[in-house]
Amino acid sequence: MDRTLLDLWVGIFVAIGIAALFVLALKVGNAGTTFNTGATYHVNAEFDNIGGLKVRAPVKSAGVVVGRVEDIQFDSKKFTARVTMKIDKRYEFPKDTSVSILTSGLLGEQYVGLDAGGDSDMLKDGDTLKLTQSAVVLEKLIGQFLYNKAAEGGSK
Amino acid sequence: MHEHVAKGLRIVGRRVINGVWRLGYASRFFLFTLARSATSFRRFRGLTFREIYFAGVLSLIIIIVSGLFVGMVLGLQGYETLQRYGSSEAVGTLVALSLTRELGPVVSALLFASRAGSAMTAEIGLMKATEQISAMEMMAVDPIARVIGPRFWGGVISMPLLAAMFSAVGVFGGYLIAVVVIGVDEGAFWSQMQSAVDFRQDIVNGVIKSVVFGVAVTAIALFEGYDAPPTAEGVSGATTRTVVTSSLAILGLDFVLTAFMFKGI
Repeated sequence: MDRTLLDLWVGIFVAIGIAALFVLALKVGNAGTTFNTGATYHVNAEFDNIGGLKVRAPVKSAGVVVGRVEDIQFDSKKFTARVTMKIDKRYEFPKDTSVSILTSGLLGEQYVGLDAGGDSDMLKDGDTLKLTQSAVVLEKLIGQFLYNKAAEGGSK
Repeated sequence: MHEHVAKGLRIVGRRVINGVWRLGYASRFFLFTLARSATSFRRFRGLTFREIYFAGVLSLIIIIVSGLFVGMVLGLQGYETLQRYGSSEAVGTLVALSLTRELGPVVSALLFASRAGSAMTAEIGLMKATEQISAMEMMAVDPIARVIGPRFWGGVISMPLLAAMFSAVGVFGGYLIAVVVIGVDEGAFWSQMQSAVDFRQDIVNGVIKSVVFGVAVTAIALFEGYDAPPTAEGVSGATTRTVVTSSLAILGLDFVLTAFMFKGI
């Protein structure tokens, strides 16, 4: 079989199509981070209230993304939320690291913040973090504020 | 009075029965096409390649030009609205998400239906009108394996590639308007886009959509051509029906697929 002009055109077409898919995957999407599943370790934390935290939300320390939330489960014995995080192997944290649920901006998405402690032992795969701080629920905050105001007014 | 009512009911009844009949015939035709598509792959170079050229390569220009303009319009309109809320950098997210999730697969499938689908219907309808299909059957050549199958697979292979090109060129069009012309910050434009667009959720789902649309459009176009009355009027009517039916099918399927894919978001 001889090569024909038709082959050239179809070749160009398929090449452009596949190139477009690659551009979408790498330049537009975040395939780079989706496929980067190699070196991570898991850490658990229990919260009284996780607010609006979602699976795949970023885990940040000092503002840098160091991992992602992998799983959120409800513990029906302790009535707490159990959050499993996947943290990049390159980043190690002390055993007494405290973990809190924060909000980026006033109305932004919620993420998990890690504050390193001073322990010399490092976290290992499957460890559970003890020092946790729940998400701030705006309604509770406003309720508390109103209650305090009312108490002030009563004492006068 | 009673006669008029009875006549009206008869017309409605005939329409409904005919519609169900055609639907059944179309389903059998589709199954036959799938069952006999071995030829399309055994003689891929000779048969299917040619159809990828006609369905895909010849649609390149219209897909790329319309993708560019759709992206540019999204960039302009998105900027116009987002800058009121002081978040004009999010225009990249807006352009990329609307293209990869919806506009890329849907608009390129609509263009594909009117550009390639109508051509397929007219070609097969004329082949039937000039008795080429009957001649093939006389020579013991299966027209479904020889004519329909390669066109079907050519269309199904071309469609996702065309949709990916549409989205990629559209994002480039949005970049041209937002970053080059208006002057949105380039780093924020790309980084916000990349953090918002998920590979599995958005891009893979868009590709799945375009494959489904490719199957729907080519199957409808081929069936309308094969089923066309063998007259000039019949072929023209079938071509019109191809464009109307496949556009409706694309939009209806898009709703169903979107409801399945993005219900959790």
